[in-house]
Amino acid sequence: MTPGRAAISARHLRTDRWWLSPLVTAVALTIFIIYATWRAFANGDYYSTPYVSPLYSPCLASNCTPMDGGADWHLFGSWWGLSPALLVLVFPLGFRLTCYYYRKAYYRGFWASPPACAVAEPHAKYTGETRFPLVMQNVHRYFFYLALPVAGILTYDVVLAFRDESGAWGHAGLGTLVLLLNIVLIWAYTLSCHSCRHIIGGKLRHFSAHPVRYRLWGWVGALNGRHMLLAWSSLISVGVADLYVYLVASGAFDDPRFF
Amino acid sequence: MTHTAHFKVWRGDTDGGDLQDYEVEVNDGEVVLDIIHRLQATQVADLAVRWNCKAGKCGSCSAEVNGRPRLMCMTRMSVFEPDETVTVTPLRTFPVIRDLVTDVSFNYDKARQVPAFVPPKGVPAGEYRMQQVDVERSQEFRKCIECFLCQDTCHVVRDHEENKTSFAGPRFLMRIAELDMHPLDAAADQGLVRSASAQEDHGLGYCNITKCCTEICPEHIQITDNALIPLKERAIDRKYDPLVWLGSKIRRRQD
Ligand code: SF4
Ligand code: SF4
Ligand code: FES
Ligand code: FES
Repeated sequence: MTPGRAAISARHLRTDRWWLSPLVTAVALTIFIIYATWRAFANGDYYSTPYVSPLYSPCLASNCTPMDGGADWHLFGSWWGLSPALLVLVFPLGFRLTCYYYRKAYYRGFWASPPACAVAEPHAKYTGETRFPLVMQNVHRYFFYLALPVAGILTYDVVLAFRDESGAWGHAGLGTLVLLLNIVLIWAYTLSCHSCRHIIGGKLRHFSAHPVRYRLWGWVGALNGRHMLLAWSSLISVGVADLYVYLVASGAFDDPRFF
Repeated sequence: MTHTAHFKVWRGDTDGGDLQDYEVEVNDGEVVLDIIHRLQATQVADLAVRWNCKAGKCGSCSAEVNGRPRLMCMTRMSVFEPDETVTVTPLRTFPVIRDLVTDVSFNYDKARQVPAFVPPKGVPAGEYRMQQVDVERSQEFRKCIECFLCQDTCHVVRDHEENKTSFAGPRFLMRIAELDMHPLDAAADQGLVRSASAQEDHGLGYCNITKCCTEICPEHIQITDNALIPLKERAIDRKYDPLVWLGSKIRRRQD
């Protein structure tokens, strides 16, 4: 107990289920991490014309499944023998790891720092984000910049999903819808980023001198207010989109066609 | 409707103390502060409690109710079940004076450490003109009633007394954000970059944006989203953005 403070020995006196939210967070993140790790290393069943899993696009090594018109750019050549997903996943991984919302989620859920408000954390020392490695969280905006072209490529993938197996335009199947929903959520998540909000207008001191940026800042702010919701829904949609492509590519499920 | 509620209230001072049990009458529409006052009037005349407005506007009656930092005058008794024990303790983060009253001077010290608004050169006081859109953002921060519940909840100092010297706390980092966003503040002309100084001198880096300050603020100020994260981003502009850094080097050379 700290000298001078009221002598209360209990770690906390909360009577509500404060542990529920960090627990759910930790479990949900763990499930996603396990699933994504399995899929990223699997190196198979990630493409079924015209759908590509968002975990494998762009595909940058020669060992990629050929994708009809898709983003299989063999920049890395044939020396890369591992799963091509590993080459690109570092970008979304870095983006989400340094995201202000996910930081809150895993600091609370995994690191119990703090587990919940007014519940004492179990650590003897605390330096927050003042030192290496956590001071590196400050690079978040660069991952935001990198997330933009990645989202652009995934958008291109969705456009290609409007072709049928033979490459003719005007197709739409359940897979097209799944990828479309996913990319809408990815864009909403990406644009609702706190760094985006800052860059687009938050850094200004005189909104009155920048009416366009002020308006954009307002829009991004509206999205930003839902950043947590978008972080979760886009995470789930990425998993679902990948799972869908996996099921179709492995032949376990036949993609229903709308037209 | 009237019922009898079971209360546990922390009583003591710097030499020690403990939770004591009381049975108190509760009427419809009452708040926790009413019950504390009834206790004082009927059972424990020397129970120390600080309050003033009973309207959630003076920020005096901050305490912890069932482990949650709250204003006693704004915590309705109806949020508890009639048979629920209601535990009232003083703010944990600050030294206790007696019973529910703590010494919050930590916050006054931190307030004094934030350099004041620097008036713009050549504009006489009374002639300041600002556009509404330029001040709107920081007006949210002016809703603060200085209850210091955020300062009490923040784990940086609540769980780590040793961080008190280096960390200003959410309330005063928000004050720095307010001044940094101020359309007329001329601190930069005097060489004070507020955002960088928030990180270097006021401990902004200790905040790990876990949002407890926002969760408990009785004025519902979005402290983390609208003040702390923007302030972090502003500090990054100054300290870690190579383009901005290069720009400032070049500009300095031209000066
Ligand atoms: S968001 Fe930062 S300042 Fe607010 S309570 Fe959490 S650590 Fe403290
Ligand atoms: S910011 Fe909110 S919680 Fe903090 S002192 Fe002001 S009103 Fe109280
Ligand atoms: S803050 Fe979450 S993505 Fe940038
Ligand atoms: S008595 Fe003034 S805020 Fe509660």
